[in-house]
Amino acid sequence: MNMERARRAIVPAAAAAILCLAAAGVLAAHPQEAPAGTAGAASTHVPHGPQFAVPKPPFSPGIFPCSDCHKEIRPNPTRRELKDEHTDIVLNHAQGQRWCLDCHDTTNRDKLRLASGERIPHEESYRLCGQCHGDKYRDWKAGVHGKRSGMWNGEKQYLLCVHCHNPHDPAFKPLQPMPPPVRPENIK
Amino acid sequence: MPKPGSRDGQAFRMSRRKMMKGVAAVLGALVLPEKDASASVWEAFFQKNFRELSRPELEKVIARLEKEYSGRFGKAVKVRATPPIEGVLYGYGLDLSRCIGCRRCAYGCIQENNQSRDPQIQWIQVLQLNKERGVDLEEAELYYNPAKVPEKGHFYMPVQCQQCERPPCVKVCPVQATWKERDGITVVDYNWCIGCRYCMAACPYGARHFNWKKAGLPAAEMNPETHYLGNRPRPVGVVEKCTFCIQRVRNTPGRYTACVEVCPVGARKFGNLLDPESEIRYVIENKRVFILKEDLNTRPKFYYFYAT
Repeated sequence: MNMERARRAIVPAAAAAILCLAAAGVLAAHPQEAPAGTAGAASTHVPHGPQFAVPKPPFSPGIFPCSDCHKEIRPNPTRRELKDEHTDIVLNHAQGQRWCLDCHDTTNRDKLRLASGERIPHEESYRLCGQCHGDKYRDWKAGVHGKRSGMWNGEKQYLLCVHCHNPHDPAFKPLQPMPPPVRPENIK
Repeated sequence: MPKPGSRDGQAFRMSRRKMMKGVAAVLGALVLPEKDASASVWEAFFQKNFRELSRPELEKVIARLEKEYSGRFGKAVKVRATPPIEGVLYGYGLDLSRCIGCRRCAYGCIQENNQSRDPQIQWIQVLQLNKERGVDLEEAELYYNPAKVPEKGHFYMPVQCQQCERPPCVKVCPVQATWKERDGITVVDYNWCIGCRYCMAACPYGARHFNWKKAGLPAAEMNPETHYLGNRPRPVGVVEKCTFCIQRVRNTPGRYTACVEVCPVGARKFGNLLDPESEIRYVIENKRVFILKEDLNTRPKFYYFYAT
């Protein structure tokens, strides 16, 4: 009798354990998908650590945290051209359709803002870029768009989108090439 | 006692023997290297093909080479002979829609792999091609040198060893000094190569290069982390080629190749073709891919692709 009861208890427990394992496996396989799905529903911040090893965002020197200055300033949500500060930033990135506060959060200037209203740190800015550039985001997550360094069969170092693309002017700038090879007739 | 120079039989035989001894001594002194070096030269001369070396023999060879290189470059040079990793077949992807032709890969490769700076040897050749003509190698320009790249109307195609599945260079080698390893890397035993350059003639990608002179490799720039089949210093008169940075990638964990790490636009991808989760598999399964000179049936493991 005891045996029978024990068996009856074990079967559902085992089934539940297997289901849990399977769910964990799915989550582990797509760690970046799970929170992204919930982000739309939650307007409050979902605990969401960086999933990709990225170096620090390339802030201009002395500019971050933004709240150092902005905590004194009352936010002005009116779309306008900035005349007093940040005049060095020329938006060359769908400039007719957006301005500062579409990506920078109005009330917490140290955060970025997704279309859903979710606030994210600059370390996760790829989620912001990925809202429009979904194909690039997909390739980047797979390690195919952008540069990866580190170990091919171990720990990999990603770069943020903004390490290569200035978010205000994202086109990749031309580079000076290294010298051409020596022509065979000139090799002594 | 016979007079000197007399022509009686006895004196003639003695002076002839002496002369032969003298000739032998002079020739010996000319042919044999100095006393200290003679042992290692002797060993190098009678060294077996890399693939026939037993483990103790290989250890001896490596110790000899490390001693030689460390002395020559004035720093501790490590020569490894790391074998292939089981279950790994290396594949390479190059995104033609990203490459801007800046040639940083070619120079990064030189630093990593100890090529001769003068006379110059480069394993990566970056071709500038016309967008309207597509991959038309007859129109390719190797020596482009504008102030900024990319140039309007052009795209760029770096070419290096394609690590063929059926390598013609291996087929033609008369002494089997070059072969394809289990992980797909075609390697050269520089101590076995006789310098006939048949492989250079056979390679359809111009990926093999010959050491016409003693390598001009400044000691300060010499990379001391080397592999026997890869970036160890090469002697005069042997052929060398890209080995997918064998000294880096054959480790667990192993670093990306130098060209992958130096590329400023992330056009270069590298990984295990047998691993379905690898970047290179993602490229092959999701992008438009082509291989160079497919009609030759060399079956390269170097995949050019367009990510956009």
